Amino acid sequence: MSKKYDAGVKEYRDTYWTPDYVPLDTDLLACFKVTGQEGVPKEEVAAAVAAESSTGTWSTVWSELLTDLDFYKGRCYRIEDVPGDKESFYAFIAYPLDLFEEGSITNVLTSLVGNVFGFKALRHLRLEDIRFPMAFIKTCPGPPNGICVERDRMNKYGRPLLGCTIKPKLGLSGKNYGRVVYECLRGGLDFTKDDENINSQPFQRWQNRFEFVAEAVQLAQEETGEKKGHYLNCTAATPEEMYERAEFAKELGQPIIMHDYITGGFTANTGLSKWCRKNGMLLHIHRAMHAVIDRHPKHGIHFRVLAKCLRLSGGDQLHTGTVVGKLEGDRQTTLGFIDQLRESFVPEDRSRGNFFDQDWGSMPGVFAVASGGIHVWHMPALVAIFGDDSVLQFGGGTHGHPWGSAAGAAANRVALEACVKARNAGREIEKESRDILMEAAKHSPELAIALETWKEIKFEFDTVDKLDVN
Amino acid sequence: MPFKSTVGDYQTVATLETFGFLPPMSQDEIYDQIAYIIAQGWSPLVEHVHPSRSMATYWSYWKLPFFGEKDLGVIVSELEACHRAYPDHHVRLVGYDAYTQSQGSCFVVFEAR
Repeated sequence: MSKKYDAGVKEYRDTYWTPDYVPLDTDLLACFKVTGQEGVPKEEVAAAVAAESSTGTWSTVWSELLTDLDFYKGRCYRIEDVPGDKESFYAFIAYPLDLFEEGSITNVLTSLVGNVFGFKALRHLRLEDIRFPMAFIKTCPGPPNGICVERDRMNKYGRPLLGCTIKPKLGLSGKNYGRVVYECLRGGLDFTKDDENINSQPFQRWQNRFEFVAEAVQLAQEETGEKKGHYLNCTAATPEEMYERAEFAKELGQPIIMHDYITGGFTANTGLSKWCRKNGMLLHIHRAMHAVIDRHPKHGIHFRVLAKCLRLSGGDQLHTGTVVGKLEGDRQTTLGFIDQLRESFVPEDRSRGNFFDQDWGSMPGVFAVASGGIHVWHMPALVAIFGDDSVLQFGGGTHGHPWGSAAGAAANRVALEACVKARNAGREIEKESRDILMEAAKHSPELAIALETWKEIKFEFDTVDKLDVN
Repeated sequence: MPFKSTVGDYQTVATLETFGFLPPMSQDEIYDQIAYIIAQGWSPLVEHVHPSRSMATYWSYWKLPFFGEKDLGVIVSELEACHRAYPDHHVRLVGYDAYTQSQGSCFVVFEAR
């Protein structure tokens, strides 16, 4: 039915608040935590969010009538209280699939977390979760390889993978850097990692690093008889330089490269991920800048959304925090988003912060990477929390060993294997952690010394961003 | 504490991936791992290879994967039979997961003599 043009400003809720709407399977659904300005009704604020993140603008415009906006508009279809919080509420918004370009995470985020976050009627706004419809997921490239392929390529089965970031993170020459890689890998790690801020600095240009690292990986592989890798950071100032570095890593026969997906951007990440699929290269993903976006409980984007976006954009490993180490992250929330990385279906579960059922279909899984301030005493908890499809990375907990990085690596490897063996044998590894580690240390002087070195280091601060519960 | 004043020398060891850093398992410990594989619903599989080829992707199957086998004793005797037939080969036990097409578990039970 045709409508008449009626110039002026209408209330958003007249058009965008549709409590009777039943979302379609093909709709992209979003849950925002909304904190409005005082005195503005919830429905009006929620409708404004739906409008400003889809088809609406502040004024009625004549050109709306050239199309059927009811077909394209986002709709707020539900409002819920936030447990234990009187000033905020959850707004559930359904977006028709045709609002988004196929396979473009960049486009989805530009719409959903674009202008609307600066909207004056809002004090705070946080994107808590997105339900991606299968029809959208099937247009996304996803992880270049996935967990299963990565295990096959690296020949690592039945346990978490073990890694470590090279330290000091800045200032080593290429040759010295390669030495530290060699020490870690010969000591029993599966992977070493470029720190995120290692790109191509004056003290160590990228070609030089790549060449020394490749030699270190090769030597360690020959001497230990096990497959090894080092995440060569290809993050660069321009896509052209990024691809040049990726090509060189491939030329050197390296199994894995690395990208920083938030500072580098989703467009760059998706491009590099497609390159990795085409070139048989694994892709490790760092998440620098995420805490700027995801840490405030009322504003920004929850990391579960950023994790989902990464799985769609592409990556074989993604940092998720450690729960137990030096960086922020509570256990239930972390379990919630590592499910989003690895499972083929994740049910709605508010106790884990998942607001929607999420069907991933045939999209491969992403390894969860736990890294940051963890040491050998944390091993039982890490194995229990993260399970086998994870990469556990000990930086200080490797290089800080009194005998050096190789012995530190061996200590971690012994501890990891002792925990996996005990878990498989039916022991409660978190409860019995001390016994399991002490028993293992009887056969490993490296582990005994590591246990002594880090026996009193804890990071017990309360989490800033908690699940909303009463 | 004497170890604080001495730096030890870490010698690189050649290992065979998972559980390569633990001492050889006792019979009971091996039973525990087999029981775990069976409890997960995975199919036990025995593979062997000459040490010179231990880094190869494909080791030789011993017979075929023991699809659906739930009897711990059967797996133990197959492992031992493989070891007797190929004493100079490494023998490993795999818990094959048909759902992920991956190995839920994999470790060497007998190293080559």
